[in-house]
Amino acid sequence: MSHCDKMVDAGRRRFLGGAGFAAAGAAAATMVPAQAKAAPGGARVDYPSNRLANITDLKSNAPLTVAYPDADAPGVLLKLGKRVPGGVGADGDIVGFSTTCPHKGFPLNYNAADKTMNCPGHYSRFDCESGGQQVWGQATQNLPQYALRIDDKGDIYAEGVDELLYGRLSNVL
Amino acid sequence: MAYKRQIDRLPIVPKDAKEFNVTCHYCIVGCGYKAYTWPTNKQGGTAADQNKFGVDLGKQQPAETAAWYSPSMYNIVRQNGSDVHIVIKPDKECVVNSGLGSVRGARMAEMSYSQQRNTQLQRLTEPMVWRYGQMQPTSWDDALALVARVTVAVINDKGEDGLFVSAFDHGGAGGGYENTWGTGKLYFGAMKVKNIRIHNRPAYNSEVHATRDMGVGELNNCYEDAELADTLVAVGANALETHTNYFLNHWVPNLRGTSMEKKKAEFGSEPVARGRIIIVDPRRTVTANACEVEAGKENVMHLAINSGSDLALFNAWLTYIASKGWIDKAFIEASTKNFDKVRAANNISLDEAARITGLTADQIRQSAEWIAQPKEGNARRRTMFAYEKGLIWGNDNYRTNAALVNVALATGNIGRPGGGCVRMGGHQEGYSRPSDAHVGRPAAYVDRLLIEGKGGVHHIWGCDHYKTTLNAFKFKQAYKKRTDMVKEAMMSVPYGDRTAMVNAIVGAIKKGGLFAVDVDIVPTKIGEACHVWLPAATSGEANLTSMNGERRMRLTEKYMDPPGQAMPDSLIAARIANNMERVLREQGKGEYADKFKGFDWKTEEDAFMDGYHGHEKGGEFVTYERLRAMGTNGFQEPATDFKDGKIVGTKRLFADGKFNSKDGKATFMETQWRGLQAPGKEDERKKWPFLVNNGRTNVVWQSAYLDQDNEFVMDRMPYPFIQMNPDDMAELKVKQGDLVEVYNDNGSTQAMVYPTPTAKRKQTFMLFAYPTGVQGNVVSPGVNEFIIPNYKQTWGNIRKIADAPEGVKHLSFKSIEYTG
Repeated sequence: MSHCDKMVDAGRRRFLGGAGFAAAGAAAATMVPAQAKAAPGGARVDYPSNRLANITDLKSNAPLTVAYPDADAPGVLLKLGKRVPGGVGADGDIVGFSTTCPHKGFPLNYNAADKTMNCPGHYSRFDCESGGQQVWGQATQNLPQYALRIDDKGDIYAEGVDELLYGRLSNVL
Repeated sequence: MAYKRQIDRLPIVPKDAKEFNVTCHYCIVGCGYKAYTWPTNKQGGTAADQNKFGVDLGKQQPAETAAWYSPSMYNIVRQNGSDVHIVIKPDKECVVNSGLGSVRGARMAEMSYSQQRNTQLQRLTEPMVWRYGQMQPTSWDDALALVARVTVAVINDKGEDGLFVSAFDHGGAGGGYENTWGTGKLYFGAMKVKNIRIHNRPAYNSEVHATRDMGVGELNNCYEDAELADTLVAVGANALETHTNYFLNHWVPNLRGTSMEKKKAEFGSEPVARGRIIIVDPRRTVTANACEVEAGKENVMHLAINSGSDLALFNAWLTYIASKGWIDKAFIEASTKNFDKVRAANNISLDEAARITGLTADQIRQSAEWIAQPKEGNARRRTMFAYEKGLIWGNDNYRTNAALVNVALATGNIGRPGGGCVRMGGHQEGYSRPSDAHVGRPAAYVDRLLIEGKGGVHHIWGCDHYKTTLNAFKFKQAYKKRTDMVKEAMMSVPYGDRTAMVNAIVGAIKKGGLFAVDVDIVPTKIGEACHVWLPAATSGEANLTSMNGERRMRLTEKYMDPPGQAMPDSLIAARIANNMERVLREQGKGEYADKFKGFDWKTEEDAFMDGYHGHEKGGEFVTYERLRAMGTNGFQEPATDFKDGKIVGTKRLFADGKFNSKDGKATFMETQWRGLQAPGKEDERKKWPFLVNNGRTNVVWQSAYLDQDNEFVMDRMPYPFIQMNPDDMAELKVKQGDLVEVYNDNGSTQAMVYPTPTAKRKQTFMLFAYPTGVQGNVVSPGVNEFIIPNYKQTWGNIRKIADAPEGVKHLSFKSIEYTG
């Protein structure tokens, strides 16, 4: 299969995936146009800019379940109450992470007491206040964190991920 | 900000990728992996018929899928001279790990030498020699000729006792049957070298002398026994961090209760229940945490004994269990000796043991019940005993080891399903050498002799004393001084004048200097002092056989080229032998030269056939071809047959009740408590306020020899941590991440403070063998009667050096315990 075929294929899948967003209530406000154009493909995947929430939806230290870059990739938005790496918003304290453990793909639990994500599969822990650094665990990467942007209306958009997500060999399928 | 690779897509393994059997080359567990390689200009596709996994990769894959790999499992390497993509991922079909990858093994691809992707460029690619005041590249011929001439000159002058050797004795990377045989045949066959030590201790001895002397080989059960046991007893073994997938794949199912069907199938009507565990460790570990999560606190007993008091606990177990009659009389009668004598000699009351260990008498009594109180219907309780460095590198190694084996024998727990009394192991095993009987017992304390100025030439194979020995700071000072004398002499003559060069070196040696040759895969700390570096190939760059902690032997197939001119250690040993033979003949010493015959190996397989196949028990059934066919599951040593295209192995040792002794009986051993045994330890304990306990951590393999060049690890661990109670921190006025000096009369070192509320007051725990802070610097030279070091019982003081350095500021210092 040639590379350009793949890109077309990727675009089609992304389009179909969009319906899932709406149904899940996590409306994707902006879709990257389907890659009808042939070569050359980008050096990186093209991340959608997806509206995940509005800042008024976030309560301090209460995890808000989201999905990015599509409905099959669960994640979380957090307002941590202190300026942290990768944090956005007026206080630099809003962060987003994948909630699929990068070790074996188990869903992570948020511990609000110490602001870590914990894996019931093999006990890995990731620090939401340190860019998702693995405090201790089996994963060979730190927790994928979202590149977030907040617009004038306070809408929070995810526009990228900084590590490969578990269970997919391309972050955007 | 934590380190992120910013990789959002990986090449897909195509359907026609080459596939290789791989056993992880790090710890003894030996997880099965598969390596896949394919040309750089090709890639697989997402459609099921376009990739190796036969699944639609355009969809999100579920948890525990075999159809995913992380960026650390991918690289570009050279194979038969061409660049290829490589993916090394855990093998779901391997019974050891069932597809699990640890944070160490799952980085094997990323830890491979890749010029293309700039990984592990620290690797040695060509022989290097001290020339014009620095290490310079040279040819194999030049380097080997220099090594042979100096070695022969020293032997001519001092005999073979003038040749000192430090050599790995294990399997996995920096070892394996091929390479232990290569070095063994050189130093124990061609020569009879006596001043030799093993990679992690200052003499050539067993870490588990006692169990062997009792007739009980130390790797006597199988990993499945951890799923079958009623009770697990873990002594000084932090399995979740150091034997990760053995713990996750075989201990956890028992603690979780998910191995019940297996128990029922194995034991029929015998009552079975979810497993319980006793953890003997002065420190609370993540292993204890995970056991509580899985089994419930009521099924986990953590015996946080006073450091070094294990022996008293084991003797109390034996005493109490015998007094209750919970012993296996039939087994003791049929298969052992000296029980009554030892029972009397080792007698100790619960109260006395409580006083020594710091436990309560009730804790000791209750743990003894968990070990040996008969089950319903008077069925014998099945208990598996596992121990590792907390015991091995702890107080009174020999007796303590024996005291634990006494309990296992008395309760009939060796050679039986759900039993075993085993060391957990460090590296894999892969020992095949001619007899070492000439070394004697106790063996020479090589480090001490080197400090005292003995020996003229030192051959080092995959060892780094500067990081991994006791009394390391004083060793380093003495070693540097002696090797510097030779470096200065080498700068006094032109390098090309070989006669003058050898004379200059020998002259410096006569004045107390030392000529040092370092065979390794990377530049080491001790290598800084050496005069020749010889580049070795590692696992996957050559075929390599090893066995794991249940004696499971596999072949890791060669899947990539070694860097530059690097060669397998077995062939380096052979070429040293060839060169020594040539030099000796030139000098008219034909008879001695003849001893160096038999090293005409061309490949590592030649070394395997000469060594393991030709000499080891059951070796006649084992060849590379047969091992290849046995895949990542291999067979359990010893081999007993080759039948129906398969090597037949041995699931458990001593299953017939016959042990390793002339009469086939295991021997109980007298092991009276004698306090802190190693000279100087008791005084050290009294003098200094802090226990400096020490050991491993999950993310780092061994001495970080590869990890030191890995961003993921160094981002998390720029300095070794020292876990410390927050109240101690307040008293010392130090904050998390601060650099502190750890010091005592033996030396000093550094670490970063990691607040640990579960740490007992004045009991710290420091990461061992780390390049940016060597814990061994503060470990005393005191050893046991067989020259086994005592790293664990170390006391010192702590003071602040500096606020948290820049490279530490981004780190998380949260608790490492899983919180749910």
